[in-house]
Amino acid sequence: MFPAMFLEALRAMGSNRLRTFLTMLGMVIGVGAVVLMLAVGEGARVTIKKQVDALGTNIFIVLAGFQNTAGVRSGSGSRQNLTQADGDAIEGLDDILAVSPVSFASLQLVYSGRNWNVMVNGVNERYLSVRSWDVADGREMDSIDSQSAARVIWLGQSSAKELFGSDDPLGKTLRVGTTPFVVAGILAPKGQSLDGRDQDDIALVPFSSFNRFLQGSHFQGVVRMLMIKAREGADMNHVQEDIRSLLRERHHILDSLQDDDFFLNNLSAVMDSAEAAARAMTLLLGAIASISLAVGGIGIMNIMLVSVTERTREIGVRLAIGARKKDILTQFILEAILVSLTGGLLGLLLGASGAFVVSSVWKMSIQITPFSLLLSFTVSLATGLFFGFYPAWKASGQNPIEALRYQ
Amino acid sequence: MATPYLVETKDLKKAYVTDAGAFEVLHGVNFTFREGEFTAIMGPSGSGKSTFMNILGCLDTPTSGVYSLLGQDVLTLSPNELARTRNLFLGFVFQGYNLLPKADLLENVGLPLLYARVGSAERKRRSLALLEKVGLGPWARHRPSQVSGGQQQRAAIARALASEPKLLLADEPTGNLDSQTSDDVMSLLISLNNEGASLILVTHEPDVAACAKRIVRFRDGLLVEDSPVLHRRAL
Repeated sequence: MFPAMFLEALRAMGSNRLRTFLTMLGMVIGVGAVVLMLAVGEGARVTIKKQVDALGTNIFIVLAGFQNTAGVRSGSGSRQNLTQADGDAIEGLDDILAVSPVSFASLQLVYSGRNWNVMVNGVNERYLSVRSWDVADGREMDSIDSQSAARVIWLGQSSAKELFGSDDPLGKTLRVGTTPFVVAGILAPKGQSLDGRDQDDIALVPFSSFNRFLQGSHFQGVVRMLMIKAREGADMNHVQEDIRSLLRERHHILDSLQDDDFFLNNLSAVMDSAEAAARAMTLLLGAIASISLAVGGIGIMNIMLVSVTERTREIGVRLAIGARKKDILTQFILEAILVSLTGGLLGLLLGASGAFVVSSVWKMSIQITPFSLLLSFTVSLATGLFFGFYPAWKASGQNPIEALRYQ
Repeated sequence: MATPYLVETKDLKKAYVTDAGAFEVLHGVNFTFREGEFTAIMGPSGSGKSTFMNILGCLDTPTSGVYSLLGQDVLTLSPNELARTRNLFLGFVFQGYNLLPKADLLENVGLPLLYARVGSAERKRRSLALLEKVGLGPWARHRPSQVSGGQQQRAAIARALASEPKLLLADEPTGNLDSQTSDDVMSLLISLNNEGASLILVTHEPDVAACAKRIVRFRDGLLVEDSPVLHRRAL
């Protein structure tokens, strides 16, 4: 029964090729648009996720608290209550891989006639591992650099280029303000941060050197900020609570109602919102594309209705020789599904190739997921069913004698 | 009265409701028909003979009265049971052949078997045997448009025979044919009747009616004459 009906449906499709093609075109474009839009949206989401991942979702940042002088609140980091010792204590917690103090200042770097203003960061030898960053050229910072407050500096790609042009900066001496520093290494490229800053325009010096030569605190071991890397896959909420309670204990905040005197942030919140935004965009693109899919479905319904009217006599003959209502219904729905599925598969190919064109011409990142393929397949099947049902139902409900008389 | 009636109608009425009001085309028809009979229904246009034929074929339903087919009251059947009755117990031959133009003769003949859920191989075997019986074996893979009108009508007869029905109904089967092909088709019907098939046909042509064993005449919605054919036309 079914194979014969399938063949009949194929024949019905083949009997008016131009019409079948045009009907299908609606589905091809609809499904193609959905696949393309989902690929672009998903590509954007993956790009954003990559950027956030580059920062690290297992990174915690502790900022020093603010000062309140006669009601004037002077902003985070203004209070000098966060110390290297806090960092060392945090490093002893479970699930913590590395902690680096960070102090920073915007300083003028000078090298043989060129100068460039760079954010100079005082960090320890674990900073790069916290940031999942590598040294591209030269050596890494070590504990001796920290202990001896060595005047050595690591430059980001952009800063190195601005100061040295095509010269090799390694081993050269430059001045940070008035203090000479020797370039010990060049960092690997990091790209833009989420807020569009060039992360490669940076310089790193040992924390101790920063304090002694550049912009030290009046108090020994005071830091602006601590950067903490937790073990990947650890429960970040749990880790965050551990850090918080440890710091409160060290800062003698015993009253549980009293506020923290520091700021503890985790980037996973940033990532959640960035991903949510990207997901909303994908959804929006998908929704717009679905409109064309619906238009394609209506096209199928339209043609099916015409086809049912044209084939009224045929339906009458079928009913006269014993077809049941269900048989006619099945036959016409099968035809609609066949058209929409074929159109859907072609649309899938069109959308996928369109996505590759987009990615190669506009250098956009695209992502075709099995989900979007499954979705477009299911949707075209459902479109065929939904928009094919009414015409098929109309066909099957005909009175045999009236259908036979139809001219 | 040994054998029961194959077809029996009592006071069969059919009215259509139009904008101008109800309008009765059959005013109460009493008709009986036994297995193996060959009856021609004649009458002028508008006499109700086609309506009567459509009711016999379960394509149309009467407004009132009784129609029993094989002892079964047709009026009580559900749409699906009606479809089953048309499929298994009745065979139709139309004036305009009504073959499916996109399908070849073999598929056309096998269509009732498809709806009877007969498997593909069996369907093909039986359809081919039927086409050979009506002399169309070599044309099995031709489409209706590729053969003559007489051949199309013979294929349509083969299709009507496919599910081995109890009753064959032919509505003006020779209406579209010239006299030579018309005679071919009639001789096929006569030989089917000789083999035991029960046949009712509607016709305008006395020549065609004379092939039957019995003639029933309709006028103004009533069965007005029912007589045996004394001098049957031999073909």
